[in-house]
Amino acid sequence: MNPVLKLENVTMQFGGVIAVNNLSMEVGEGEIVALIGPNGAGKTTAFNCVTGVYEPTNGKIEYCGETIAENFPRGKMKRLYAGEHNGLYTKTVSLTPDAITRRGIARTFQNIRLFSSMTAFENVLTAMHVRRTSNLFTATFRLNHKEEQAQRERALELLKIVGLEAEKDELATSLPYGKQRRLEIARALATEPKLLLLDEPAAGMNPQETEELTAFIRRIRDEFGLTVFLIEHHMDLVMDISDRIYVIDFGKLIAAGVPADIQNDQRVIDAYLGVDEDE
Amino acid sequence: MKKNNHRESLILALILLIVLAAAIFLDAKLPSYHIAIKVIKKACVYSLVAVSMNLLNGFTGLFSLGQAGFMLLGAYAYAILSIPVAKRAGVYQYFDGGIVKFSLPEIFSGIFGESIGPIVGMLLALLIGGMIAGLVAYLIGLPVLRLRSDYLAIATLGFAEILRALIQWSALGPLTNASNLLQNYPELGGATAYLILIAVFIGMILLLVNSTYGRAFKAIRDDEVAAEAMGINLAHHKRTAFIISSFFAGVGGGMLAMYMGTVQALSFKSTMTYEILLIVVIGGIGSLTGSILTSFLYMASLEWLLRGLDSGKFLGIEAPGVFKNGFRMAVVSVIIMVVVLFFRKGIMGDRELTDLLRRRGRRKGERVE
Repeated sequence: MNPVLKLENVTMQFGGVIAVNNLSMEVGEGEIVALIGPNGAGKTTAFNCVTGVYEPTNGKIEYCGETIAENFPRGKMKRLYAGEHNGLYTKTVSLTPDAITRRGIARTFQNIRLFSSMTAFENVLTAMHVRRTSNLFTATFRLNHKEEQAQRERALELLKIVGLEAEKDELATSLPYGKQRRLEIARALATEPKLLLLDEPAAGMNPQETEELTAFIRRIRDEFGLTVFLIEHHMDLVMDISDRIYVIDFGKLIAAGVPADIQNDQRVIDAYLGVDEDE
Repeated sequence: MKKNNHRESLILALILLIVLAAAIFLDAKLPSYHIAIKVIKKACVYSLVAVSMNLLNGFTGLFSLGQAGFMLLGAYAYAILSIPVAKRAGVYQYFDGGIVKFSLPEIFSGIFGESIGPIVGMLLALLIGGMIAGLVAYLIGLPVLRLRSDYLAIATLGFAEILRALIQWSALGPLTNASNLLQNYPELGGATAYLILIAVFIGMILLLVNSTYGRAFKAIRDDEVAAEAMGINLAHHKRTAFIISSFFAGVGGGMLAMYMGTVQALSFKSTMTYEILLIVVIGGIGSLTGSILTSFLYMASLEWLLRGLDSGKFLGIEAPGVFKNGFRMAVVSVIIMVVVLFFRKGIMGDRELTDLLRRRGRRKGERVE
């Protein structure tokens, strides 16, 4: 059986800088997998490759067995490319982010990106646009009444699940930070994903909120049958929630395994705490 | 919430009926050349075009300045398709009567009779004008919609200028009469006809804006990256908004041709686009009712109420020395500046008329609690 997400030798190079270097990893169905690493290690860049925001310079990404991104150094990169496995890939597959979302990958953002002019309810409702069966004509002339009604009910239900029912008519950007994060998750769930990517979901949260979030992520995983792939800095959350952890530093994978192993991995400790150069 | 919606639609329908009754009354009482009729007609045309521009600039966040170009297409399409055959020789006197040898209103009066036929023909000519504008928008959109903000504005502005030059090209003379006037085509009716037309068209835009597509447009305006991550295809939706906006601009252009009685490419300058942009900004970017209200206010004051400022007598004050030609524009400019200073987001902001009603209702509800 295919893993839900599979990265194969993914390298992302900007000019002369290699942000993600030859990253290979897998996320199995129903797993919660974390990608961690110090600031600037290339975690978000890796995310952006998966979601189609960036086109990797080299390598291949598969979702449920389907190639959603594949590339090899072309054009100017042909000369500049400083990564590995040059020549291994010969095809180019490049999907726009919306096409990837339609296939079942949804995401949240590190720096919250809600639709600022809309209420919490409208934010969730808007995300359902991707699953519409109506076209421009039927939508304009309200021939999709049933679908619209079902969407509205579903949006309300999702807000209830994330505990924002009372705030449904408030402007999304006027909500407190923690609630905005939960709203982003509700919005991502509205696209009916199979794989949920969370980019630092606990950023800016206090320990208690983080604990709640941990339980919340587990709950939606079970309730929606999701696979979760997340980036996080809060080690409490990561160690608590993850089935497996990948650690990258300077774009390179330095460790992978279950939380207990990662906790005791010398390279991970070095990467996070720094190595004393005198020793 | 449902009850509220019903009340809102009821109030909207009521307003529409009152305005319509007023227009029917004025049409019956006043001669068609009366300034009030003229103001209503022109304001109707500008409302439609301003709303179409708002759909693009206000709701989808695409800053386009091609409106005059699309209006030009609609105006020419309407005129060319509806000049009576007998009068073509006179209109196209330098081009042997032109190459279009039919007139839609005449064809349809042959089919549906003298009373309904011409109207069907004229409506069809208007819609064809809109479709041509939409088709051209599709073609232009292919390269241009990749651009962002100011660059898109400059590209669309340039395109509108090119169209204007192209229409005046003498090689196209048999079709467009080159730089000569197109005239002698019929008008659909009085102020009432204009009102009904724009009510239908703006109603369609309103429905679109409040549909799932409208939400997608707003999502693109708010945050392109997030919209795309939520599965909204940027290229497809931007193109859709651009084509729809251009379609209605084309229809508006056809109506403007009707209103003016003559069409000449020279009058569709970028100044026209700026005038519409002004209405959109003052009405509130993202507020359809704001655009409509402002169109009427702007036209009424510019064409009618402030006329006295140019002709020596205003509000009973006679000052021929001050109230000279051009003083009106100076006053209008000052008013606009004041409005912009005090209403940063336009008169209506991004609210609609119904939002104002709803807010009042909610406040009342809170007091009860």
